[in-house]
Amino acid sequence: MSVDQKMDSGRRTLLLATSAAGGVAAVATAVPFVASLTPSERAKAAGAPVEVDVGKLAPGEMMTVEWRGKPVWILRRTSEMLASLDKTEDKVSDPASDKPMQPDYAKNKHRSINPEYLVAVGICTHLGCSPSEKFKMGAESGMGADWPGGFLCPCHGSIFDLAGRVFSSMPAPDNLEIPPHHYLADTTILVGEDGKA
Amino acid sequence: MTTKSQAVLNWIDERFPLTSSIKGHLTEYYAPKNFNFWYFFGSLALMVLVIQILTGIFLVMHYKPDASLNAAGVPVAFASVEYIMREVPGGWLIRYLHSTGASAFFIVVYLHMFRGLLYGSYRKPRELIWIFGTLIFLVLMAEAFMGYLLPWGQMSFWGAQVIVNLFSAIPVIGPDLSLVIRGDFVVSDATLNRFFSFHVIAVPLVLIGLVAAHIIALHEVGSNNPDGVEIKKKKDANGIPLDGIPFHPYYTVKDIVGVVAFLFFFSAVVFFAPEGGGYFLEFNNFIPADPLKTPPHIAPVWYFTPFYSILRAVTYPLFGLDAKFWGVVAMGASVVIIAFLPWLDRSPVKSIRYKGPIFKIAVAIFVVCFFILGYLGVLPPTPGRTLVSQICSVLYFAFFLLMPWYSKLDKCKAEPERVNFK
Repeated sequence: MSVDQKMDSGRRTLLLATSAAGGVAAVATAVPFVASLTPSERAKAAGAPVEVDVGKLAPGEMMTVEWRGKPVWILRRTSEMLASLDKTEDKVSDPASDKPMQPDYAKNKHRSINPEYLVAVGICTHLGCSPSEKFKMGAESGMGADWPGGFLCPCHGSIFDLAGRVFSSMPAPDNLEIPPHHYLADTTILVGEDGKA
Repeated sequence: MTTKSQAVLNWIDERFPLTSSIKGHLTEYYAPKNFNFWYFFGSLALMVLVIQILTGIFLVMHYKPDASLNAAGVPVAFASVEYIMREVPGGWLIRYLHSTGASAFFIVVYLHMFRGLLYGSYRKPRELIWIFGTLIFLVLMAEAFMGYLLPWGQMSFWGAQVIVNLFSAIPVIGPDLSLVIRGDFVVSDATLNRFFSFHVIAVPLVLIGLVAAHIIALHEVGSNNPDGVEIKKKKDANGIPLDGIPFHPYYTVKDIVGVVAFLFFFSAVVFFAPEGGGYFLEFNNFIPADPLKTPPHIAPVWYFTPFYSILRAVTYPLFGLDAKFWGVVAMGASVVIIAFLPWLDRSPVKSIRYKGPIFKIAVAIFVVCFFILGYLGVLPPTPGRTLVSQICSVLYFAFFLLMPWYSKLDKCKAEPERVNFK
């Protein structure tokens, strides 16, 4: 190698430093692009609480309201339906609701503030389908003779009881989510906000 | 050639490698003379890509990626597809060409991949062609999946909901990752717009780049053939393979026959059965997306169903992680494992013509399993069907993972010196 081809280490260092600085700048430029993929301020603001009048709901009936673009079910359970929760106690994977799928005030057997009304996000915890109603007990629902009543997810066959507790060895890992909610009056529920202590 | 046009050509050639490119890739690219029926599908895949790009360009002129409701209470995106179908002159044809083209693309690509499997086209020195090909398949799946959201029907919406939620099964980063993919807490207008952007710009660019890499790599090493012997080993005095013929005009003309036959079947579907019996366009997708109600039965489009079945087949949690996560891993692995074929096949011969009975039986079992998995993927799960899909999933992976052993054990016939050609 001739003398004039000898590496100028000063220039090489400068070149490396410039490249490194440029690389940092390139990565920094990527930040706003990635940030633009995350939910916008408008999408975040769309999560306002929803007020629901459940006065017209007959026992055994369910209504669906939209909260944050998701279906929220409000099921008025009959005493028979509530009794079915005892039968499913040993069939569900998390009977005591130990996993944090609900606010503390719904961490009980019926998974609700008022046992009569179940308020749950109607989205299967497996892959996000909305389970369908299979409330009739026994063979009438097409779920077998000893069916206690509950929900069936049409996508991958997960089944839930009438408190949204998932049965054992189902694709869905968790119970249905209970959204924060509280009662404004006896039959008026505000979905999306915890009650003030 | 007249001296004038020769002068123009020379002027270009001094500035751009026109003549040498045409020679290198067409008139002096020597392909084996014994290509059979299976070798149509590469050029057909390229043609379907062109159909998709052309029809896509015209669809974008009328389609609106907007999930908000119009005055009639119908999502704008859904209404714009109906508008294309009913009011844009020729719109129905362009749309059916595009939707049928998607299914045709997968049919052609699956056959093209199967050809590679039969004749060992993935073996040394064609490993990179095969890897580029697997990447094309992966990118094509992403392209098809994102395109399927655009009509904003019930299947579009709930299919996307399920697939995006797959990513949330990944530990630690999963929930945030699916949030970034959706751009919202649920599949929404934000999701529709970014899928539109990816479907019409980003993914096609990647796809075209990969197709170029696939062909450049192929033309570097030369095509394999049904006998799996290298034609470059026997050359004449001019260095031209004895069993090679110029791609143009021989195979360009032959491929035109394939194109005509393909378009015959393609047109029959486009004009007489564009919905493909509910498999190409699912019936539930004629209902606008309703975020509050999942259709009673949701299934992916047919070309995803074998992999979807593998996803559903995993029902056991492992190492403290949900079955859901392992299902996603198994589905991803079932596609990625294809890329490793060049190193899994230890057979002394390339082509199935000279491979022994074990490999032939293995391929047969693999194909049967693939079809069963595909069939089960469109059906709702029952305990019996889940068991069958579990058996088929195990056999699917066994085909690949046990290949290093059974391909070595197999009693192969000797490869011929030169290709068979009648």
